[in-house]
Amino acid sequence: MASLKAIKAKTRLSNSNLLFLIAAVIFVLMYIFAIITFPRSFMQFQTFFDLFNLNAPLIIMTLGLSIVMIGGGIDISIGAVCGLVTMACAVLLESQAGSIGGAVFLALAIGIAFGLLQGYLIAYLEIQPFIITLSGLFLAQGLLTTLHKDPINVTRPDFVALRDFDMVISWLGTRNRLGVFIPSEIKPGVIVVVVLLLLLAALMKWSRFGRNVYAVGGNSHSAMMLGINVKKTIFFTYVICGLTAGIAGFVYIMTTGAGNVGNASGAEMKAIASAIIGGTLLNGGVGNLLGAPIGTLTLLIINELIRAAGVQSNYQAIISGLLLYLFIVLQSVVMSLRDRKNITMVLPSWLKSGFHPRVRQRE
Amino acid sequence: MKMLKMKSNLSHLFLPLSVMVLLIIINLIKGADYFTITVVNGALYGNIPNILFGASELVILSIGMTLITAASQGQDISIGVSATITSAVFVWFVLQAGEVTVLTILGGFLLSCAAGLATGAFNGTLVSIFKVQPMVASLILFTGGRSIAFMIDGKLSPILANEISNQIGTVIPGVPIQTPIILTAVFIIIVALVLKTTNLRLYVESVGINRSAARLNGINPKKIIFLTFLIMGVCTAVAGFIAVNKAGRHDSVNLLKLIMMDAILAVAIGGNSLIGGKFSITGSIIGAYTIEMLNRTLLRLEIEPAMIKVFKAVFIIILMVIASPVVRAFAKKTLEKVRSGAFIGNIFKISGAVKPAAEKED
Repeated sequence: MASLKAIKAKTRLSNSNLLFLIAAVIFVLMYIFAIITFPRSFMQFQTFFDLFNLNAPLIIMTLGLSIVMIGGGIDISIGAVCGLVTMACAVLLESQAGSIGGAVFLALAIGIAFGLLQGYLIAYLEIQPFIITLSGLFLAQGLLTTLHKDPINVTRPDFVALRDFDMVISWLGTRNRLGVFIPSEIKPGVIVVVVLLLLLAALMKWSRFGRNVYAVGGNSHSAMMLGINVKKTIFFTYVICGLTAGIAGFVYIMTTGAGNVGNASGAEMKAIASAIIGGTLLNGGVGNLLGAPIGTLTLLIINELIRAAGVQSNYQAIISGLLLYLFIVLQSVVMSLRDRKNITMVLPSWLKSGFHPRVRQRE
Repeated sequence: MKMLKMKSNLSHLFLPLSVMVLLIIINLIKGADYFTITVVNGALYGNIPNILFGASELVILSIGMTLITAASQGQDISIGVSATITSAVFVWFVLQAGEVTVLTILGGFLLSCAAGLATGAFNGTLVSIFKVQPMVASLILFTGGRSIAFMIDGKLSPILANEISNQIGTVIPGVPIQTPIILTAVFIIIVALVLKTTNLRLYVESVGINRSAARLNGINPKKIIFLTFLIMGVCTAVAGFIAVNKAGRHDSVNLLKLIMMDAILAVAIGGNSLIGGKFSITGSIIGAYTIEMLNRTLLRLEIEPAMIKVFKAVFIIILMVIASPVVRAFAKKTLEKVRSGAFIGNIFKISGAVKPAAEKED
């Protein structure tokens, strides 16, 4: 029996990995397409790094949201919490008392506070996550506008130094038209993204907590019968999500250097879309955390492509909506094909990854 | 038996009604003139007519939202956007027609209903056939919908300057009640008639409670879920019609923005479970009026506009905590303990056997 199980585990891809692989393939195809259409800009390493540099907060939020979604929940307050953190940090940094360390502490505290509140209400009082995070969104937006209405530009010299800090990769870069070599630059936010990604992916893959989250998201009743503390698991997914929203807020203000009422508004919808494109199922139980940045980057590249093609801004929203539609339908088709018993997607022996021909046709 | 049924219905409406009473008390403390109604230009004005007037779109949308929630166990977040698209179609038709008569208005309304059916079908296909969560399915229209409305209009905010739509938006001369209130009442009556005369309620509830059991009993869940989305489409068309006539112009960016939040809350305050199953349209309607009342109460208390959102959020959280199953079970247990254990034990001094058992429950 044990040997049979071992063989099965080797030959059959898990749902999470399958959707992740599809997301990765789509990302690569999309990037190749982008390079073919706009070779001058997309061939540069800097373009790729800028996707990270400018959108690090979104990737961080998507990471936290993916964990919640794998656990079977949803959090739509993250964008508002992120905006609240930027404004709170800006106010603190501009006041005489604040320091950068204090701002980091404040960001983490706000994030965790929202995570604890929402997690407690959702997990232990069994209230609908949508409603609670919706009121969390209202709460954060209201606090944001009450705190300060006008944009604040942080002018502290030590913070400006942090904002303008770039890490130069001297061996990687492109030559411009005059033949001058311009090295690539990355922002400190990217380091935060990479560290968080590795930490959270390891947490989800190898820790007991991570396995519990997958079990609870798959079927909370059977998870409970297996002796998993369902409430505690759900509670901690929301705490982690709140924490990542707080971190995203600090990275946001580190990138832009200003607190604004409109900061990160609407980011929750972008994050949900990114998580779905990255192969996380909203129904819970399925998803790979490495898919979160891939989904975000795919969404961003699509947006960049639409923008670069000079399409009217109205069509941009429609096209990104349609693409989201395509991804959702694709996921749905793949999952329903997996559910049918007569089609088993077996890994070919010559390569431990790949897809069944019939699925490839559907793609 | 009938008494029992009435009691269960009333307990269903306990939450929204008690919230409403609380709000009325707060309003009366603020000023005793809360219920005064004045007649201006032959129509009734005052706090109550204003609430009925202001909540008309919300009431219509929360009726559709109740059905969707009951059948598909999720919520539609694209209703405001969908209403924007349908009203854009309406405005486009009316402005194109040149001369505005009752017939063109009616034609535009029917056309906007068709547009509403189309948006409903778009979401409904995703939810019923591809089994996508309703929230995600409607996310698509949510992201792209306002741009579609903008494209239909062709410009930023076309103005509906004619007498008939002005009358629909405000008051018809000779009728003391504002027209949106009448339209809402008519819509509610139509929905009530449909629910009374057809099997819709039974089918929707059975699909929402257990989808596969409903399928085994000969109900096609896909059809029912699709149907609820179509009904929602008509609801958005009516709501968009009222909203655009109220405003007198079409603003594809701001029309009915964030109304989906209020509609979902109306469903929740109305005592309906947000994970489907049995539903109460009456509860949702009362919930919608309660939310409008809350908005106006916060304004009346002269709270800073920025703080209104915070108050609303805290209010919703408190409401949800009170209504949560865990808190309810706890309250029931405590009540029972007070009744059986401590209360009787102390007053009648029942010795021995009962008391330890009551203590054990701790």
